[in-house]
Amino acid sequence: MITLVKRPEPSKLAGVFAPVVALLVTFIACAILFAILDRDPWEALRVLFWDPLFDETMASFTRPQLLVKAAPIILIALGLSFGFQAGIWNIGAEGQYIMGAIAATSVGLVCYGTSFPYIFLLMGLAGIAGGVAWAMIPALLRVRFGANEILVSLMLVYVAIQFLAAMVTGPMKSPTAMGFPETRSFRDFPPAFNGELISNTGLHWGVVAALLTAIAAHAIQKHHLFGFQIRVLGLAPKAARLSGIEPTRMVVLCLALSGGLAGLAGFYEASGPTAKLTTDFPSGYGFTAIIVAFLGRLNPIGIVFAGLVLALTIIGGELAQLMLNIPAAAVLVIQGMLLFFLLAADVLVRYRFVLHPVGVG
Amino acid sequence: MKLLKNISAVALAFGLATSAFAEDPTKVGFVYVGPIGDFGWSYEHDQGRLAIEEAFGDKVETTFAESVPEGADAERVITQMALSGHDLIFTTSFGYMDPTVNVAEKFPDVKFEHATGFKRADNVSTYSGRFYEGRSVIGHIAGHMTKSNVIGYIASYPIPEVIRGINSAYLAAKAVNPDVELKIVWVFTWFDPAKEADAAKALIEQGADILMQHTDSPAAMTIAEEEGIFAFGQASDMKQFGPKARLSSIIDDWAPYYIARTQAVMDGTWESMDTWDGIAPGMVVIGDYSDDVPEDVQASANAIKEGIAAGTLHSFTGPINKQDGTPWLAAGETPDDGVLATMDFYVEGIEGEIPQ
Amino acid sequence: MDWASLSIVGMLASLVAASTPILLAALGETVVERAGVLNLGVEGMMISGAVIGFIGAVSTGNIVFGFLCGAVGGAALASIFALLSQYFLTNHVATGLALTLFGLGFSAMIGQPYVGKKPPPISDLSLPYLSDIPALGRILFSHDAVVYVSLALTFCVWYFLRRTKTGLILRAVGENHDAAHGLGYRVVRIRVLAILFGGAMAGLGGAYLSLARVPQWTEGMTAGAGWIALAIVVFASWRPERVLLGAYLFGGITILQLNLQAAGMTLNPAYLSMAPYLMTIIVLVLISRQGKQQNSHAPAALGRIFYAPR
Repeated sequence: MITLVKRPEPSKLAGVFAPVVALLVTFIACAILFAILDRDPWEALRVLFWDPLFDETMASFTRPQLLVKAAPIILIALGLSFGFQAGIWNIGAEGQYIMGAIAATSVGLVCYGTSFPYIFLLMGLAGIAGGVAWAMIPALLRVRFGANEILVSLMLVYVAIQFLAAMVTGPMKSPTAMGFPETRSFRDFPPAFNGELISNTGLHWGVVAALLTAIAAHAIQKHHLFGFQIRVLGLAPKAARLSGIEPTRMVVLCLALSGGLAGLAGFYEASGPTAKLTTDFPSGYGFTAIIVAFLGRLNPIGIVFAGLVLALTIIGGELAQLMLNIPAAAVLVIQGMLLFFLLAADVLVRYRFVLHPVGVG
Repeated sequence: MKLLKNISAVALAFGLATSAFAEDPTKVGFVYVGPIGDFGWSYEHDQGRLAIEEAFGDKVETTFAESVPEGADAERVITQMALSGHDLIFTTSFGYMDPTVNVAEKFPDVKFEHATGFKRADNVSTYSGRFYEGRSVIGHIAGHMTKSNVIGYIASYPIPEVIRGINSAYLAAKAVNPDVELKIVWVFTWFDPAKEADAAKALIEQGADILMQHTDSPAAMTIAEEEGIFAFGQASDMKQFGPKARLSSIIDDWAPYYIARTQAVMDGTWESMDTWDGIAPGMVVIGDYSDDVPEDVQASANAIKEGIAAGTLHSFTGPINKQDGTPWLAAGETPDDGVLATMDFYVEGIEGEIPQ
Repeated sequence: MDWASLSIVGMLASLVAASTPILLAALGETVVERAGVLNLGVEGMMISGAVIGFIGAVSTGNIVFGFLCGAVGGAALASIFALLSQYFLTNHVATGLALTLFGLGFSAMIGQPYVGKKPPPISDLSLPYLSDIPALGRILFSHDAVVYVSLALTFCVWYFLRRTKTGLILRAVGENHDAAHGLGYRVVRIRVLAILFGGAMAGLGGAYLSLARVPQWTEGMTAGAGWIALAIVVFASWRPERVLLGAYLFGGITILQLNLQAAGMTLNPAYLSMAPYLMTIIVLVLISRQGKQQNSHAPAALGRIFYAPR
């Protein structure tokens, strides 16, 4: 019989090798799937996982795109990681992301065509404010009335999606879009446009912000009192209260932090890659970020890697569609399997398998 | 800078390759907004892709990416298509407009075709169907066939395309049935079968005995079949979803256009242009009438279809007032394409407001 | 707008159809969460149930068999979650989200050949005499069998959780797994069974979507119903009778807003579409307020990983 025995300390070695094992198992599962789909497994694996990084014609484009795709997800996941450690479940980051984008865009539109100097900065602040404000609703309802933040934040995602639809078909609709529901494009208004920093890479300020935030989050979680407090609150709520950690304050802080970073991500996305808002702006980053946060074991550096791995499967998946006509659905299945294996392999970090001869253990 | 060189070198190489080696297949790519199994919009575009393969055999290679979100993701997918040596790329949703134009700028030797948009460039064409012409035909049938004088309309988003269809259908129905009333539900989605089904039920509850839709799933058709009322297929024929309910359908037939444009790329005669085709060239097809449509209605519907095809009849022929009573078209007047393309008002007689 | 044209009877009748899928899925998830497991993969299990139920019904022509397949399909997907969360001790939130991704892709893949097919019709029971009662007959007595099954299941789940010993043990496991383990209960086994039951119910709800409410299979057709089901469980503060209320309230407001539009209400529909979600929040706040003294909190061990040292 095989049983799990808890390690006294998480194993560093297993921490490194678990993802590698998971990837290998994923490759095998993918190969089987491709064989079923009647595709050459080797070729499919190469297109999915190798080409986006190393293919001669593709990689120079797709490598920076990995960062561009991962940036908003990483940014949101970093914010969520604080609350998740404290047992505060904001699963409505998608809504905060949308509201941040709406707030930032409205500032940009108000200033549209003017030569006001700090437009971009103001938009960024508005983005953060929009995300924080939206996150404050579940925070205050929980603190004031004890309403569960999982439900409220989730419901507010759908409200935000509808609010966005109302905005782009109504007050924020561009006068030059021939009646289509979308805002003006910031591409036509450089002071508000979050353009490429290095030409032809697509890299924008959001990527820089995501990496800087990861470093800051790492510092806070490792060295700052706040990082310690959230861990205590998450592991032992009663002990936390006794040691003077105010749960109410932590709820508000954690939701503000995750909401603010989600709003910031919304701002970077709406001012750069999409450059405008449409009804299709919501792209599920807020939900993807939850997975990324856990894949990264709620650790900022881990989150950066997890975000990049997920971006790799997305971009590799697109290539697999183009090159081999693999259906989009198969790519989702592969992502799901990769996540299963990564999560399952993590058991090795905290536990070890022990084999007991039958009848003895 | 190195990347730019790479990209142009690749683009150049492929540009040369296609002209130098005639036996090299022409590579045609498609970007779809929905799954090819939506049985509506994306499904019909994919039928067009298959028609290209059928027509050219070994001389073409087609690829597609489905369920591609509009915006930044689309731009990346289109770039990957251009990088992987496609000669012609069809981007089949309005939201791909800016991404298509942006990518086209970087790949001057690749040809792009964007559906339903209005931004063009030397290597970007636009194309769309005059679906409102089809609405005239089904509106006519609905006006004749409704007994409750209430027609239900499931609308997606308040864009000119959808508003044009509502107006066209209403005018045609009103012309044969002055008492007809149009009830409209905006669902704010292109594809959500459950919501479309609920909207259909709400309209039936409100007395509608014929349904029209401008959304992508066949959900409303199945509800009409269940409830024993009539409906029209949208984008694809949808007959299998409502054998009794379906009176006719408006089918988007992209195949002739896609084949012609692929041929143009092969011949080196491709040029940027704006195509807005209707019933006449066969981009908008009216599906077979069901046996429930009486002979005389079939005949008059055919007369409208042929009139539109021949150019003797226009879906919007004055006198037509706007909803608030202000005159829009004088007697005998027809609007130009610019006015049609930006239509943002209901015509007189339609109740309710366009959401804004 | 024309208020008189709003038919209360008709709306109440279609409310039931709109609410049944989320009711079924939410009932299952209630049991799962009462056992201390948070499975966010309801959407993935629902859509898998929708496609497998559809395939079962279409290939045999038997609608009952279709619903059974839907339940089995949902449970099959749930077994992945059970394996990962109970034996590999993975984080529940992340595993559930991954399950949703997997389910959406998996269902689209195996459903490809079935797009455009027609399932066997589901007939309304239309109880004799009773369904002829004006108004009440149409609201209460003229639905398909699954609607009545879902109501019966609501009662069964309530009875199971409140009145049976096994239900008590399950709740104990959800409140404090270490104590339950100490008392000699098989925590993992109970949780695995609860997860499988939750999957079967989600699958049944999905099958109701593809076989009854919108009788067709299209990719991604659940369009977020699983998430609503999850919200309703919390809204109902983990009580089956309130799950019923929540599901019908949510379905009701959705139907109402579409009917208001059809009747000529001229507010931007986007604002109307927010109504169900806002109402859910408001009712939750009201319940949480008065529930502070009562027992309306989440199962204490919800989402916590159980590890029994040997």
